[in-house]
Amino acid sequence: MVEVKDILKAPEGPPSDVEGIKDRSDYLRGTLKEVMLDRMSAGIPEDDNRLMKHHGSYLQDDRDVRAERQKQKLEPAYQFMLRVRLPGGVATPEQWLVMDDLSEKYGNGTLKLTTRQTFQIHGILKWNMKSTIQGINQSLMDTIAACGDVNRNVMSTSNPHQSEIHAEVYEWGKKLSDDLLPRTRAYHEIWLDEERVAGTPDVEVEPMYGPLYLPRKFKIGMAIPPENDVDVFSQDLGYIAIVEDGKLVGFNVAIGGGMGMSHGDKTTYPQLAKVIGFCKPEQVYDVAEKVITIQRDYGNRSVRKNARFKYTVDRLGLENVKHELENRLGWKLEEAKPYSFDHNGDRYGWVKGLKGNWHFTLFVQGGRIADFDGYPLKTGLREIAKVHKGDFRLTANQNLIIGSVSAQKKKKITELLEKYNLTDGKHHSAIRRSSIACVALPTCGLAMAEAERYLPTLIDKIEEIVEENGLRDKEITIRMTGCPNGCARHALGEIGFIGKAPGKYNMYLGAAFDGSRLSKMYRENIGEEEILRELGSILPRYAKERNEGEHFGDFVIRAGIIEATTDGTNFHA
Amino acid sequence: MNWNADEKVTVNKQGEVKTLKDALLTNFEITVLTKPLMEQAAKLSVNQELQELVKPENADKVREYIQGRDLLDLLRDFGPWTATAQEIVSILRKLPARLYSIASSVSANPDEVHLTIGAVRYDSHGRERKGVCSILTAERLQAGDTLPIFIQHNPNFKLPENPETPIIMVGPGTGVAPFRSFMQEREEAGAEGKSWMFFGDQHFVTDFLYQTEWQKWLKDGVLTKMDVAFSRDTNEKVYVQHRMLEQSKELFAWLQEGAAVYICGDEKHMAHDVHQTLITIIEKEGSMGREEAESYLASMQKEKRYQRDVY
Repeated sequence: MVEVKDILKAPEGPPSDVEGIKDRSDYLRGTLKEVMLDRMSAGIPEDDNRLMKHHGSYLQDDRDVRAERQKQKLEPAYQFMLRVRLPGGVATPEQWLVMDDLSEKYGNGTLKLTTRQTFQIHGILKWNMKSTIQGINQSLMDTIAACGDVNRNVMSTSNPHQSEIHAEVYEWGKKLSDDLLPRTRAYHEIWLDEERVAGTPDVEVEPMYGPLYLPRKFKIGMAIPPENDVDVFSQDLGYIAIVEDGKLVGFNVAIGGGMGMSHGDKTTYPQLAKVIGFCKPEQVYDVAEKVITIQRDYGNRSVRKNARFKYTVDRLGLENVKHELENRLGWKLEEAKPYSFDHNGDRYGWVKGLKGNWHFTLFVQGGRIADFDGYPLKTGLREIAKVHKGDFRLTANQNLIIGSVSAQKKKKITELLEKYNLTDGKHHSAIRRSSIACVALPTCGLAMAEAERYLPTLIDKIEEIVEENGLRDKEITIRMTGCPNGCARHALGEIGFIGKAPGKYNMYLGAAFDGSRLSKMYRENIGEEEILRELGSILPRYAKERNEGEHFGDFVIRAGIIEATTDGTNFHA
Repeated sequence: MNWNADEKVTVNKQGEVKTLKDALLTNFEITVLTKPLMEQAAKLSVNQELQELVKPENADKVREYIQGRDLLDLLRDFGPWTATAQEIVSILRKLPARLYSIASSVSANPDEVHLTIGAVRYDSHGRERKGVCSILTAERLQAGDTLPIFIQHNPNFKLPENPETPIIMVGPGTGVAPFRSFMQEREEAGAEGKSWMFFGDQHFVTDFLYQTEWQKWLKDGVLTKMDVAFSRDTNEKVYVQHRMLEQSKELFAWLQEGAAVYICGDEKHMAHDVHQTLITIIEKEGSMGREEAESYLASMQKEKRYQRDVY
């Protein structure tokens, strides 16, 4: 009989380059302090950029002007993207105003609401980074571990209906995010002018992460059924809130999800987290810490593209990982409790919460907060933030909830919404309101094709098909990413696109509307014309042949248009 | 004026004939007004205002008028003109040559001459104005076109004869040009001497001239040190002389080691400020009085260790 300890092994092989960089970094310091002062370049060396991620930022360049600048003997238009750590996506109006101001002062004048419920500012020049980070910290937010091989921003359902449960789950998520932060003082020394305390023994620096941190990023999300807006199964570690008699009793625990993959490499695939049991709210941290240490010890540190926890779970076996988790916990998870999800999208407009407060969900196309022609979104939200006493909740679908508006204040907020023409998006088709796009070009270095800048115009054309077939109010989730890393969770979109080359996408179909089934590739490397031709034949069939209440992702499987992906391991099959 | 662009005019004493358009484009200065030109022009117009303006007692007003105005303004402001195109052309100055520092080294680029030309564009009296030669090269000239050129030697702006002599180069804006040729030359020659470049301009992102070349020279050790100042990126304007002051100690040490200092670029502000800054640095780091510091710099000049190419 094979002992568990023999089964649990990290893959062999020389450590990847990033492992070496972390190892030499003196707990994420590297030479960041020095290179940020170098005036000869707006960039920083690659090694430091790897470390920079752990501080919530990385170097990008405006790819639109790359070739032109090369001719001008100028380096690429280097700039930093800065991502805030904002557990559950909840920000105060004061914090909103700070982000708004920093984006104007130091960024490209816009804010991006991300698919992980946080703010990103793009276009920050090196010499403005410190001021920007200090501004964020002064308003009691930070950017620690917003990227990098650590636990990232913890997501939590932006559920405005059950406001009390939302508040409770949010608190657990926030605590988790805080407690799982790296302990190194590197961030405070580099950005906040903290003096380094000499002589701390190394063993105490990172009791949980250790000096090498994790093999790869690690993501946690908490969902409150029936809403699966956070796509709980896309997380490395997902918690599904279980509510009994209006009270939060605990969470089902799901492990081993993740969206990213590499084109042409079948050892990489999106995978869904699987539910392994139930824990009480106060056990949430314990479970997370032990799961993280399993990944720390057994994750792949040799090949980064196989380093996510999902591959660790698939390699070691779900049962073995669960067993090891319970070993480390010293107690057993309870049996998972029944739950059911309805959807992973957002519900727009005003809703009344349990405490009598109102919440307005605003449709934000592509998560981009800017002043557009005839649509002064950024200005409008600034004016709202100036009078709003509740909170702002960034949703996992890149939308925004103006939350906890008292009945008295509702009138004022409504006036401002109308004055600035801000919208619940109901004049848009349901498919547009159910769309997500990652940033992609021009700033993302990984992008192979457009996403945020292109999806709206593609949807213009898809809308024509939708209208012709009477599907205007039918929600179909549509998600586009510029590369296979999956920031827009493409593999959980009923219609998904992954950039392959400029103007070319792989098209995916068959994901479940509630985020419980992955999609499968339907067509490879196709351009707009073919995309529209394909949808032009599938959507009319859906309009005519669908069963009552049948979602698009289920229909395409029943109709035999695409085979169901029953597990990430057969995503490519 | 109802001129015909194809009208033939005589452009010089030799009697060379060109079309009016060609003559205005290539032979005559039409972007600058002078007092003598105003006086000549007055004879060709019946405009009372102009007659008044050119009277000797109004010299100040003329000076004021010609500031930022060109031939087109003159012709528009003071009609009706009694003159023919030929008569107007006859009072114009010959278009003077534009001098640019060569930004390349012959040993690095045989048969080539590189120039660093800043495109001159500004608004004046409600109209956009453009530099004659800079905009010709920036906007109208196509690859393969030719221009008349000549070389003017500058014996007072040369690399030290000894390749081991350290050099300090101060060249903000287009003043960077000769230093690019210096670096190319030192690179080709494998010169061992230390070198230190001070560069500045308005914006880091768009105005860091030859940025990638400087980065490479630094990386390869052809250039020892480089400091840059971008005046419009920060609330407080920072110029090259501020960077020099920040490093006054090291800079003075280089001078003591026999470094040669070169300044190229704007004369009125930059060269003056840098000159004063050098004196301040020598005074401070050499514990000298002002006069002593000035004579230190003067003797450097005599030894050809302080050279300027300013405009």
